[in-house]
Parts: sequence; structure tokens; C-alpha cells
Amino acid sequence: MEWETVIGLEVHVQLATNTKIFSGASTDFGAAPNTQACAVDLAMPGTLPVPNEQAFRYAIMFGLAIDADIGKRSVFERKNYFYPDLPKGYQTTQLDAPIVGPGHVEIQLSDGSTKSIRIHHAHLEEDAGKSLHEDFHGMSGIDLNRAGTPLIEIVSEPDMRNAEEAVAFAKKLHSIVTSLGICDGEMSQGSMRFDVNISIRPKGVEQLGTRTETKNLNSFRFMEEAIKLEVERQIDVLEDGDDIVQETRLYNGDTKTARSMRSKEEANDYRYFPCPDLLPVEIDDDYIEAIRKELPELPDARQQRFEESYQLSPYDAGILAADGNIANFFEATVNTCKDAKLAANWVMGEMSARLNSEEKSIKDSPVSAEHLGGLIVRISDNTISNKIAKQVFDAMWQGEGDADSIIEKKGLKQMSDTGELEKIVDEVLANSQAMIDDWLASDEAKRKKKMGGFMGPIMKATKGQANPGLVNKILSKKLNNLL
Amino acid sequence: MHANTIAQIARDLRNKEYSSEELTQHYLDRIQRLDPNYNSFISVTAEQALEQARAADKQLSEGNDNPLCGVPIAHKDIFCTDGVRTSCGSKMLDNFVPPYDATVVENYKNAGAVSLGKLNMDEFAMGSSNETSFYGPVKNPWDTNCVPGGSSGGSAAAVAAQLAVAATATDTGGSIRQPASLCGVTGLKPTYGRVSRWGMIAYASSLDQGGAITRTAEDAAIMMNTMASYDSKDSTCIEREVPDYTATLNDSLQGMTVGIPKEYFGEGLNAETGARVEAAIEEYKKLGCNIKEISLPHTDLAIPAYYVIAPAECSANLSRFDGVRYGYRCEDPKDLGDLYKRSRGEAFGEEVKRRILVGSYALSAGYYDAYYRKAQQVRRLIKQDFVDAFSEVDVIMGPTATAPAFEFGSKNADPVAMYLEDIYTISVNLAGLPGMSIPCGLVNDKPVGLQLIGNYFEEGRLLNAAHQFQSATEHHLKTAPTHD
Repeated sequence: MEWETVIGLEVHVQLATNTKIFSGASTDFGAAPNTQACAVDLAMPGTLPVPNEQAFRYAIMFGLAIDADIGKRSVFERKNYFYPDLPKGYQTTQLDAPIVGPGHVEIQLSDGSTKSIRIHHAHLEEDAGKSLHEDFHGMSGIDLNRAGTPLIEIVSEPDMRNAEEAVAFAKKLHSIVTSLGICDGEMSQGSMRFDVNISIRPKGVEQLGTRTETKNLNSFRFMEEAIKLEVERQIDVLEDGDDIVQETRLYNGDTKTARSMRSKEEANDYRYFPCPDLLPVEIDDDYIEAIRKELPELPDARQQRFEESYQLSPYDAGILAADGNIANFFEATVNTCKDAKLAANWVMGEMSARLNSEEKSIKDSPVSAEHLGGLIVRISDNTISNKIAKQVFDAMWQGEGDADSIIEKKGLKQMSDTGELEKIVDEVLANSQAMIDDWLASDEAKRKKKMGGFMGPIMKATKGQANPGLVNKILSKKLNNLL
Repeated sequence: MHANTIAQIARDLRNKEYSSEELTQHYLDRIQRLDPNYNSFISVTAEQALEQARAADKQLSEGNDNPLCGVPIAHKDIFCTDGVRTSCGSKMLDNFVPPYDATVVENYKNAGAVSLGKLNMDEFAMGSSNETSFYGPVKNPWDTNCVPGGSSGGSAAAVAAQLAVAATATDTGGSIRQPASLCGVTGLKPTYGRVSRWGMIAYASSLDQGGAITRTAEDAAIMMNTMASYDSKDSTCIEREVPDYTATLNDSLQGMTVGIPKEYFGEGLNAETGARVEAAIEEYKKLGCNIKEISLPHTDLAIPAYYVIAPAECSANLSRFDGVRYGYRCEDPKDLGDLYKRSRGEAFGEEVKRRILVGSYALSAGYYDAYYRKAQQVRRLIKQDFVDAFSEVDVIMGPTATAPAFEFGSKNADPVAMYLEDIYTISVNLAGLPGMSIPCGLVNDKPVGLQLIGNYFEEGRLLNAAHQFQSATEHHLKTAPTHD
């Protein structure tokens, strides 16, 4: 039988506010455990929540970016369950009156087609703390730094039909929230977490199959792997004549396996009810329009602008515009060096490769956009060659300063003095009679290729600093004179 | 000295009749000598009180003009006090010392008032007799075989026994007014949102409101001037100017319309209590008020609605007491479930458990619409009753409680009988209105309270009406006979 996969996503996005959603504690990542949890976050008796306006503003920005209706009356509810990293014993969240109503997101697929994915709603809520099941002498540790960090939970309709679409959707959301600047997009730090609802049905059947939910995927790769694994599992179960059990599953990216966490029967009754400590928040049109006016450029528009004003290919422009942080870095680089093509090559090439190999995000890059731009300026004005530029980039990465000071200090300036270069070329030619004979004996097509053989010794003699274009010119003139 | 009101003490301190330190020491001595009879204090902070008194004496010498400066008061043990154990009447918080002050406590500190200690109460403010306190019941100074009412029983008894000049208290369903009535003192529950709830341990957040218990309406006005404030730390606190509540105390009542809800005088009201209340209303007629019978048709639904909404809120509010971060933790928990079950099971009393269970049930899937949603609808109807009534009258009056103080043990076998104690007070919380109870006579040597209910933010009018009554009568001057 042919099966069709149906996928819906619930995405938790940590908002990049300075302080928590209901308290004044900082939201910075990576502080020592429990140093960023105030009395409110610890749920000390008598403490009360006060909503953070910035969180509302960010949620509304997201709503406007996906063309959604903004909830004019936003209500917080208490979702009740006991867990040690949930200090109040309830999560403050939204249910019937979320901040963001139905909207949609367009995704591009590898075959060039586009598809619209509907968003059911997005709501504001607080994050929980973390349980640390490490070595605490048989006990668990609790870190409440994350408790109270503002989240929007984005709930899609079940509009995706395979892993590719789901990943494209997830990437698009990442692109939107980072472009808006409402989330730092650091997946490895849990800034975006994906829950994937998956079911399958025989092709052509309208009714949805029983779904499972795979929770807390924090990379696109894990998401893709988990979806493929779960779809295969469900097909096996159904083809064996068994039924899918509605359950929550956990995927382990290291072992590439998944397991059941709890079934529907074990699910909590969360006993939602409106939080009496927080009044409904009324949002008027003027407030929304003021936010709309200041909305940053969205990825699709940015890609288009990159193509038009920088003459980048749609592919390059798409990659650079997809991540707000990368796009900002690219533009800052262009701003310094005024050469968009070279800037694009360096950001997508050397820069990305280094960041990937060291698992760093562009925000933590040791090389700033200004420094990279400065390096590119020296490539464009022929002060250094591409090859030397990589050496300078390495030095900048190690924190040795900007391009000019490194070039100066290490004496990496390109040799462009024609007289000096001619001397070196002459010396190399004088010691390469065998190569010259070979060159003279070759036909015209091969001669061009074989000319490269002289470059090595010349570059060696100049410690790589010879201007390659100039050397090429001199060399070809001198060789042709021998003909 | 202990017979004095805040107003009198404020004058005496400035005339150097005695110092705040002498006065504070006098109260501390009285507490030590007499409170074993009443059990109104959970903690007495003698050293801190004397320190505050000395600081107040210095401020007085420098011309501090706040009438509360140097006045010994005490706080209900529901208000968090920085560095002082705040138990909320529960074993759960017997070891809890907050690192912060409630806004109410901070306001009194800033005024220069002296805090004698923390007052006994029903556990987590759940009770109408003070019998649910982990620290044992408070005894009514008028008759120590009787309850003082609750949940602010310690506040009412301490003021009635003159162990504190005035006390802070809280009212979720009648917890200020009913004990004030049973102990023969003056109690004011302000409009919801008038007083900050920051640092006030939550029972039912949409109903809880801080207030004061005093000997006179004038003192209540002085207490309110300091207690009421806008507080950005409480999202339900209303940003609105705080008037000088003492400025309107002497306004004439000529032409004021007093509404008498017929539902408050039906079956269940003790006849002699009703007679004292009616006599008080006659007094208001003499003061120039027009008396008008009104109807609050949904009164009989107030208790059922309250006993869905309050437990529902409390079931979530009390979830934080889980033995993980502070408060009671059971010995040697074998796993997480055991930690939760035994910590909560061992530290919460029967009434608290009952309300958590009722509330959890009312919010459960499949029951929410029938209970919680329905109760909220009823709440709106009750509020509308009052809105309609206040389009015709200025103040509503009736009994505070059905009868004078009852004996210990007489109602705790039957929770519903106990819940009916608050039949006249609960609607006021559901509507969020201000209410008062003032003494209006004795029945069998036990006090009876007259309840005054005002429109939103009309605490000034209530205090004015109460003060005029107290200027014309002497009910509030009668003191409990068991004093030395």
C-alpha cells in the first residue's frame, strides 16, 4: 500500500528579551545555576507576576510577519502539573485567547516549488527550568535560570507531507524569528525546540491516522532523522496489522533511535484556568500599527533585495538572507568592503566553514564583519592574494588584530613591483631548462597548462607574496619570447 | 496606655506623655502576660520591635508627622516579613523566613510603625473559626470557650484583647469582617486592587485583599492611609490616587441612602443578632440617612460559587508548596512522587487538603464547564446585583455574621455549616467591593457586628458612615471582660 505522511509542528521559540516574561531577572544563557532566578522565578510565597511588554511586542512582530490576526484580548492561563523544574506547580501560558491567531508561512522546496503552511496560532508562555540528572549523589539537580524565559509556541496545521517540507518549514521559522531579531536562533542552546506530530494514512484517504508526538528536537538534522524513523516505524506497525498508539516519543540523535515516553492514558489533566494574578491584556490597533511600521525586513524581501542591489545569484541571496544574523553580518561586511560578491563568497565560504568546524554561531565569531570587510578591501586592491588572505583570516581568527596590522606585522604584502618580479622570474627560468624544453615541445593547448608549472617555484621564491596576475603576464611574455 | 487608639497615641507621643519604646515595652509585657490566654500571636519579635520603637522615637523628635510613627501594631502571619518567619498558619511554612517584605509591611515600616510580631490565623487563611491553624486555635477574648472567627482570628483577638493597637489582616470571603464582628472590633476590607497583594501569601488570588482591624473607624482610616498604595509589583493593583481617608470622617450623613438587602435578614439569622443590627440601622435614620429596602437576588448562590472559585484558585496557588525549594520536606523521600505526596500530605491540614481536592475536581476535564465556568457566571450575576443596588443607594448595611461567636468544635464536624458562617460577607469578595464590620451591641455578652458595604473605591464613605455611628454610640468602646 502507498502511504501518505501528515506532519504538524509545535515550535518553542525563546524570545530574546533582556528579562523574563514575568520577572526582572536576566535571561542570559550560560550563567552559573540558579544565579538568574529571582524570588518570582523561584515561586516564593507571596510573589506575583508582572508581564514583560517586550515579550508581547516580539510576539506581535511574529504575528505580523506571518500575516496573522493579533489577539486584541490576550489571556494567560495556568497549566497545572507537578515537576521540580516548574516552581509554581503550574506553567503560565495561553489557551483560548492567544496573542497570535491563524497565519501562514511560505516554504521553498528543492524542486523549486513553493508551498504555504498554515499556522493555527502562536501563544506566549514561560519556559520551565532544567532538571540536571547528573551526578548529585543519587539526586537530581535543579537549575531555575531558564524558568520564566519568555517563549512563543508556534502551532502549525498538519500541512506537511514529508521530512523535507517539515525541515523547510522549521528553517523558514528560524529565518523569520532571527530576521525579526526576536530570537537568537541558537538551536544548540535550546532557543528553538521542535515537537513533531506525525501520522500516516493510505494515500487518497482523507481521515487522519493516529498521531504520535516526538518532542524536543533541537536541530534540523535530528528532526529529519526522527521523522524518517517514525514514518518507517508507523508503516511497519500498520503493515503488521497493529494499531498506532497515541503517545509522546523521544528521539536520541546520538544513537539514532526513538522510544516511547508516555501514552495518552498517562497524560496529565492540566486543569487549565485563567490566571487570576494576571489581567487580560488589551492590545489596540495603534499599538499594533506602530510595531508594523518598525518591522525589520523579512527573509523573502531581503533575498530579493540581495539579488537586486548586490547582483547575487538567487541561491547565494537565499542562503545569506535565511538567517537574520548571517544576513546582518553579510551586510555589515559589504558596508566596509563595498564588494558584495567577494563578501558573499567569504561569508558563505571560509567564514561558514570555520564556524561549522568549531560549532560557533556567527554572533560568536572571533572575526567581526568590519575585520572581514577590511580583509576583503586588501584583496580587491591587490595588496594580498586570495591565498595570503586565508593566512590573514587565520590570524584574525586567532585574535591577532585587523587585516592591515597583520599584513604589516607579518610582511604579507603582495609583491607587485614589476622590475623585482622580472628578476625573480628570470632566476627561476634560468634554473628550469628541462621545463622550458618541455614547454617549447608542447602544442599550444598544453603550453597554457604547463605554464602553471613555473608558478610554484616563483611563489616559493617570493614566499607566496607575488601578485599572481602580474607574474602570469611576465612569465607568458618571457616564454613566448623563447618561441 | 493600652486602651488608647492610634489617634490618641499619635497625640500622646508628640506630647511626650510616653515614648514609643515605653509603649512598645508595655505591649510586649501584655502579650507575654496575657496572650497565653488567647494564642493570638504566632511569633513575637520583641527585640526588633524595641529597635523600631527607638528609631521611631528618634523620628518623632525630628518631627515625623505620620500618625502611625511609633505605634505598635502587628501583622497577620500571611504577610511576608523580611527576616521574620512567615508561616501562614501552616506546618508547611513553619521554617520559612522570607528574604523580602510584603508591600503592606514595607508601607508600615516606612511610616515608622512598630511591628510587635506575627498574628495567628487559619491555615493559609482557610477557615472561619481559627481552628485550622497549625499553631492551635485563637481564643475569643470575650469568651475563651468561643472562636474568634477567621481566618484573621489572631488579628481580631489581639486588637480586642488590646495586645496591639491595630493589626493587618486579609479577607477572601469574610476573613476580616467576620472575626471583627465576633471579637467586637472594627474591620475594613478594601476594594479589590486598592491594597497591594505583593508578599501576601495567596489563597484565592481574585478574592484576597489586605485590610485592617482596629478599635475605631478613625483608626481604620489612619491605617488605610498607609496601607493603600499603587504597586507595580502586583498586576491586579489599581493605579488610582489614595485619598486622605481621615479627611471625610466627619462629613454629615444627612441624605445618605442606606440599602437594606432583604436577603440578609431571612432564615438563618439569629433573632437577637438581627435585632441589634436593626437597632443600628435605626441609629443611622437618626443620623439623617434614608433607609431603603433592596434586593440582592443572587445572594443564595454566593457560597456555592465561592466554594468553587476559591478552591480552584487555591489548588493552583498551593502547588508551589512541594518540598523542593523551601518549606516542609518529608524525611528520606524515596523518589519524586514520594517527596511530593508525603511533604504535602504531612504538612497540610485537613481543611487545606479538602479545598485543594475540591478545587482540583472543579477544574478537571469534563467538570470545568459545570463547576468553574458556571461559578464565574454566577459571580458576574452577583456583581450585577450590587451594581444595580448602588444605582439606588450609597451604602448597603446588614449583619456581618448570622450569630455571635460559637463554641470551639461546634461547627468543624460539618464543613458546610462552617462555610455558611460567611453567608453575608462572601458576595462582597466575589464582587470585589469594600466592606466593613463595626460593633453594634452585645448578645449574651458577646459582640455583634454591623456590616457596611460600599461601592467600588468608596472606602472613604464607609469609614465616614462608621465614624459617625461610633461618634453617636458607645458599642465600639466596650471591651472584652476577660482583661486584667
